[in-house]
Amino acid sequence: MNLVESFRFAWRGVTANKARSALTMLGVLIGVAAVIVLVAVGNGASRSVTSTLASLGTNTLTVTPGVTKSSGLLGLHRTAAGEDANTGTQTRAAVLTSEDAHALADPRLAADVTAVAPVVSPAGVVASYAGASHEVASTIGTTSEYLTISNDQVSAGRAITASDEQSHARVVLVGTSVAAALSTEPPETLIGQDIQLDGTPFTVVGILVEKGSAGARDSDDRMIAPLSAVQDRISGYGDLSSIAVQASSADTVVDAQTQVETILDQRHRTTPQARDFTVVTSASMLSAASSITGTLTIMLGAIAAISLLVGGIGVMNIMLVTVTERTREIGVRKAIGADRTEIIVQFLIEATLLSVIGGVAGITLGALLCQVRIAGFQLVIDPWSVLIAFGFALAVGLFFGIYPATRAAALRPIDALRHE
Amino acid sequence: MSCPAVIELTDLHKIYQQGDSEVRAVDGVSLRVDPGDYVAIMGASGSGKSTMMNILGCLDEPTSGTFLLDGVNVGDLDDRALARIRNRNVGFVFQHFNLIARTSALENVELPLAYAGVPRAERRQRAIAALTQVGLAARLDHTSAQLSGGQQQRVSIARAIVGEPVLLLADEPTGALDSHSTAEVLDLFDGLAVEGRTLVVITHEDEVAAHAKRVLRMRDGRIESDTRQAAVTDPPPCWNRLGAAG
Repeated sequence: MNLVESFRFAWRGVTANKARSALTMLGVLIGVAAVIVLVAVGNGASRSVTSTLASLGTNTLTVTPGVTKSSGLLGLHRTAAGEDANTGTQTRAAVLTSEDAHALADPRLAADVTAVAPVVSPAGVVASYAGASHEVASTIGTTSEYLTISNDQVSAGRAITASDEQSHARVVLVGTSVAAALSTEPPETLIGQDIQLDGTPFTVVGILVEKGSAGARDSDDRMIAPLSAVQDRISGYGDLSSIAVQASSADTVVDAQTQVETILDQRHRTTPQARDFTVVTSASMLSAASSITGTLTIMLGAIAAISLLVGGIGVMNIMLVTVTERTREIGVRKAIGADRTEIIVQFLIEATLLSVIGGVAGITLGALLCQVRIAGFQLVIDPWSVLIAFGFALAVGLFFGIYPATRAAALRPIDALRHE
Repeated sequence: MSCPAVIELTDLHKIYQQGDSEVRAVDGVSLRVDPGDYVAIMGASGSGKSTMMNILGCLDEPTSGTFLLDGVNVGDLDDRALARIRNRNVGFVFQHFNLIARTSALENVELPLAYAGVPRAERRQRAIAALTQVGLAARLDHTSAQLSGGQQQRVSIARAIVGEPVLLLADEPTGALDSHSTAEVLDLFDGLAVEGRTLVVITHEDEVAAHAKRVLRMRDGRIESDTRQAAVTDPPPCWNRLGAAG
């Protein structure tokens, strides 16, 4: 009997027991689809976090007051000293000042630093306009360099300038979410209008380019205004929230960090062992974030592996039961002239067909599910997950299809026929 | 006779080990069946007739003694060659039909030819011819669930004869059938005997044995009596009567 004939017999075996075949394929399908989707969720989350951080630029550093320890969640646990500085009590000197920021812009002492921007970020600023009011998630008072460092651009109107800073101009750039909260008109119509920030009128001069949301956080719910005006009217002249620093390139970030630390150590009379400030590079944030998303991917992968295993056990179960059930059929086939090889080849092809059809259906379903956006990010299919899931399903299907069939085929026909 | 015997058994034994005791299911049988003969093997249960049938059909191997099937010593053959012998030289009819479930009558009958490597078109043609011979030309596409017991047994007879085997073996072929279906099956067997086929039928019913040209009675693994009811070259004893009735 040739292979085409064996294939035809196997196909008949698959179609003759539709419920059994469907159940077997369902086990494979669910296992394969689960692995593909869960790994894609982990992958997508990791890709989304990474790209959000990468949009900050790979050559930026952030100086914050207080000491952070890299052991905590996200590696950014702020100590009590930092909290103290942040609340900006009037009785003690500020930790980070605009003078610190000026000092970092020294091209001689900080050769690898190309831009420096002092930042205050008062919390809970309420913007109101024509009866509408909105608590803005992020308000940033800074200089024009900040836009370069953070890769921000305006989609309409103009950016803030050095002369705005010098003249303490009360101008503001708003994100699209702020614009939408204040007015139902298109964002551009706000340009030239005065909005109240905690009661002080600021003129909208530009709309920030949309960044999209990263997870639950809306990156467009924010405003940027000149540092001087924000300090005048909103935050007061306390501590800076941070200083944003740009290195000349991604390769000089580490050198720039050393230069920044040296300058600030001199100014603050601190030593590397006991500092009142911390310098974080975007690379270190990226690696902290990657380690979290990496853990997430592994966890989801483990869950997926368990579901694949359960699917595999289902396949084993059905294969074992059906071959046992079909031992009589094997006996009949042997009695009318099938030899051992012909029986094994038929069951091999049957098991392959079930596993391959179930696996392909699982890949299709997994790929379809991965088109759905979950929590605002795109799922990313890992080709390896597809390969491993399919390979495992195929291996389980083949082994548990063939092994019992091989045993049944080795029986003397009379024993197979008598099998109940 | 010039052509070799279809079956030639010499001092055949089959001994099972059952716990501590030995069961001598077949205990020293020597037998010769010539081409064209129609033999009924009778006996009570436990007489060894089923074991005989399994050995004759190459489904089981004897403990000792030789078995020549159509001149070939079956004891010398490996699994593959035995499969070929079962496929080409023996046609089986079982008590419980043993058709492949959820598969049409035509496909069941084609099965031995498929294992023999007969091309599809010829296979189909021969299977249809065999089913027509047993009177089921109108039910080619019925599965066993859609056929009565008598019809299923006729499908299994068609499956047994489609490969033109030298020996047709039937194990209690009427054991699961009503009297009407029994008559139909026995009629078919008579017809096959008239065509010159060699039949060996295992049965415990006298009605079945009455159709055979030769009746062997077994007891405790031995042949107790050997009665000839008609000559090998003659038609089977019931042929004329049934022929007249039909």
